[in-house]
Amino acid sequence: MKTVFAQSVPGRTACLPPMPEERAEAFIPANLLRGKRPALPEMSELDVVRHFSRLSRLNYGVDSNFYPLGSCTMKYNPKFTENVAALPGFANLHPLLPQIKSAGLYTQGALEVMYESERLLCEVTGMHAFTLHPMAGAHGELTGAMLIAAYHKDKGNKKTKVICPDSAHGTNPASAALAGFEVVNIESKDGLIDPAALDAVLDDEVAALMMTCPNTLGLFEKHLPEIVEKLRKVDALLYYDGANLNAIMGKMRVGDVGFDVVHLNLHKTFATPHGGGGPGSGPVGVSERLEPYLPISRVDKLRDGRFFLNYDYPKSIGFMAPFYGNFGVVLKAYAYILRLGGEGLKRVSEYAVLNANYMRKLLEEHMHIPYNRICMHEFVASACDQQAACGVRALDIAKALLDKGYHAPTIYFPLIVKECMMYEPTETESKETMDAFVQDLIEILESAKTDPVALQDAPVTMPVRRLDETKAARSMILIDPA
Amino acid sequence: MKTPENLLYSKSHEWADIDGDTAVIGITDFAQELLGDITFVELPAVGDTVAAGAEMGSIESVKAASELYAPVSGEVIAVNEALEDAPEKVNESAFEDGWLIKVRISGEPKDLLSATEYAELAASEDH
Amino acid sequence: MPFVPHTPEDLKAMLDVIGVTTLEDLFADIPESMRPKSFDLPEGMSEMEVCSHLEQLAAKSRTDLVSFLGAGFYNHHIPKAIDGLISRGEFYTAYTPYQPESSQGTLQAIFEFQTAVCRLLDMDASNASVYDGGSAIFEAMMMAVRATKRSRIVVSEAVSPIYRTMLASYTSNLNLEFITVPHDNGTTDIEKLKAAIDDRCAAVVVQNPNFFGNVSDFTELFEHAHAHKALGIISVYPVMQSVLKTPGEMGADIAVAEGQSLGQPLSFGGPYLGMMACTEKLIRQMPGRIVGRTEDLEGREGYVLTLQAREQHIRRAKATSNICSNQALCALRALIHMCLLGPEGLIRTAELSMERAHYLADRLTAIPGVELLNDAPFGNEVAVRLPISAFEAVDKLVERGYVAGVPLGRYYEDMDDVLLMACTEKNTFEQVGILAEMLGGIL
Repeated sequence: MKTVFAQSVPGRTACLPPMPEERAEAFIPANLLRGKRPALPEMSELDVVRHFSRLSRLNYGVDSNFYPLGSCTMKYNPKFTENVAALPGFANLHPLLPQIKSAGLYTQGALEVMYESERLLCEVTGMHAFTLHPMAGAHGELTGAMLIAAYHKDKGNKKTKVICPDSAHGTNPASAALAGFEVVNIESKDGLIDPAALDAVLDDEVAALMMTCPNTLGLFEKHLPEIVEKLRKVDALLYYDGANLNAIMGKMRVGDVGFDVVHLNLHKTFATPHGGGGPGSGPVGVSERLEPYLPISRVDKLRDGRFFLNYDYPKSIGFMAPFYGNFGVVLKAYAYILRLGGEGLKRVSEYAVLNANYMRKLLEEHMHIPYNRICMHEFVASACDQQAACGVRALDIAKALLDKGYHAPTIYFPLIVKECMMYEPTETESKETMDAFVQDLIEILESAKTDPVALQDAPVTMPVRRLDETKAARSMILIDPA
Repeated sequence: MKTPENLLYSKSHEWADIDGDTAVIGITDFAQELLGDITFVELPAVGDTVAAGAEMGSIESVKAASELYAPVSGEVIAVNEALEDAPEKVNESAFEDGWLIKVRISGEPKDLLSATEYAELAASEDH
Repeated sequence: MPFVPHTPEDLKAMLDVIGVTTLEDLFADIPESMRPKSFDLPEGMSEMEVCSHLEQLAAKSRTDLVSFLGAGFYNHHIPKAIDGLISRGEFYTAYTPYQPESSQGTLQAIFEFQTAVCRLLDMDASNASVYDGGSAIFEAMMMAVRATKRSRIVVSEAVSPIYRTMLASYTSNLNLEFITVPHDNGTTDIEKLKAAIDDRCAAVVVQNPNFFGNVSDFTELFEHAHAHKALGIISVYPVMQSVLKTPGEMGADIAVAEGQSLGQPLSFGGPYLGMMACTEKLIRQMPGRIVGRTEDLEGREGYVLTLQAREQHIRRAKATSNICSNQALCALRALIHMCLLGPEGLIRTAELSMERAHYLADRLTAIPGVELLNDAPFGNEVAVRLPISAFEAVDKLVERGYVAGVPLGRYYEDMDDVLLMACTEKNTFEQVGILAEMLGGIL
């Protein structure tokens, strides 16, 4: 499809503001002005609307397609939350308004949303306090790693290392490194953290272990109590990557079982839209001993019930966001939590786990499932048999699924399973959808035996066929030359 | 997989063609195959010094990236500038046109493997 | 129950397939000792109840205030077509475009966004965006640290203090050295910045217009930095950038911006949009997602995420950054905004805003005791020294429905009497006049 730049026609306009009385030269000396006007598209409003409507149709989204992308929790995003976030009393609030004393009164609604959201997230996770400032999951990890660094520094501990299991999300080691830590990897055993492998690297210099539970294989980390015990002995903290929280709401609270820091992904568990890759929101919860280090500002409540932004936390790690995080995203998650309530959230996890196990059972005779036991909200299958028998890889199966109208599962992650395909149906999908999906998947696996070449050619019904990624990386066309 | 007899090899999959006090350095055929289509090679500049076993640059393919380690110590006297526009030379000709740098060696090269030893190492890692 | 479609019959059939009898059986791995100590959340509400509750909370805000708040975050008009387009489920409910064949919409939009950013900032390459303008400066700084293998950063004090405090937090565990060069009565002190740059310096960071609204040319500063093999980083304001000398024209190596002014609601601080662009030489240092154009098997044009080898999911602890998500939907808003306004629309927006700010400055300086902080050129924002505390002045006018600006005493020493006032095309001349009169009345 032609880009907006290729469609541009000089002189065409859409939302043109009125002509100013004077032009830029009247206000700014010529040597400070740009030589040429920016070559942005010139289009009519209908051109713009039609272009982006057409572009949208080249995408799969949860609204249009089953999207069992493991680790990403692609559940339905309730529409009403969008209206809530657009309420003028929230959408039009300038973030600096609370700094004006007498205007503080006019932001009480927004502050209450933040205060209450923190309280609700505390109760969901069993943590002592929350900050809403981190602007995405990985940003929450960085915040968490910095909180860990601040805690040890304050205590005079000489800690230099953070342990990450090999099943961890790639952001974990990257975030720990950015907080100044050396990253130590440990190998999993039977798909779980191996206490013996942990022992081998655990010493006084270990600041923390970063883990997710259930882990990225969809398995519950059964050695958790033992791990907590071991870490306590060397005053190392336990970090929880909340990417998989959708599995355990109401069944386990990370705060109760000994985690010190947790980041959540509101765009996963709490159904705010992914938007093609963002914006997300990655609130961080902490145990009591880490509370003093939380980012500022924090929303506090006065005795008369009014809320205010408190900057007076001398041990705080400081500012992680320009203001209070992605408020617009938090607002949608808050509305979602209120809508579901405690019972509803518990149901979310129960049905997410039900759906994953149901799909696992339907599939187990057709694909190798390396750790085939009751899983949590997702499971990992492997196309290794298909690869050995007919040269069909996970990638080929993924592409063939696109042709059938499904988004593919996550492939090639976690790194520890070859040819892996990670399925996460989420609780919002019906039995019929999953039945049809598995039926189509089985058809694909059957066709792998008879016509593997056709699969290696997939997809054939999408707007484009397989794309040459090598050419993209070598030729580096990153902007439109039009 | 090729492992020319006349070269010495590092455990990190670089080769060195030593001739008197100079050495030409590259990555092995095994390494290029593992990486897949190479898209970018970052090399030290002429005049830089490299130390045996230490990082000297990095190499990227579409789906992977890896550090490069110097098999010998010395001063860089030439770099393969052709790789800037044609990194695929490393895939096409790892031991010839795809060479990376040329070094004036300082000190005795240590801990390098013979072709046979390297072939064994590569075979053991190929799983 | 909302959003879960299972009927009791479905549940029963599915449990049978799995071979368990109750939902609770699926959680047998979690021992009793690890079960929640409490889960005391409110009962669920109907959609109507939730909406009405949130409408009540939203109603606690006053939406009729006439605001002159800016400081990097501006109340520009947002064309209505944007909301309709970004609400399309195929954009709104898609994930990161990991399967390019089913994500060409998102990918082409990001490619177009990258192009628009480069054309506005006059740079060679852009990424798909980062969290916000502050994290963009941090990422730019880290690019410079990697590219130069140096660890000293020279920052002008006229760079937003909101961002400088973020930088201080982000780098507290990294071995970096910050040198903050004082502003000169609100202007960026180019001579002092030049003096602070030496051969150990990785980058110099400036902002245009700076935090006080003043406009400068940093060509010479960046030349000086280059002479010391240091990089020039500039943070800009996209709307004003449509008329101001570009980062590219000044020779900047990395240009960043907060993209809020391009079609994002103020939304009490986020989500916003970190825009980031650089010269060709630095592309491989750039963090985050980048989209490239390529071809499919049949030679058809298409788009993919490219240069991914730099990223965390491959390089893990050695990645260029830990960043994973971008602000895709916000980037899409910004792109649509730029398409709807076009070059002329964006330029007029800047000019209408400047016109009002200059009128405001004229009106205010006519009041005895009020003067501009300096006489340097400014765009749509201006710092004014009052004969009384700026906090006090602002507080008094709020009661009358006007938010006069941001008092700067919180950010800078000796500025308790300085007020930073911004105008956009949404402030009418009449409102500007009323504000000037009211301010005159309380002094």
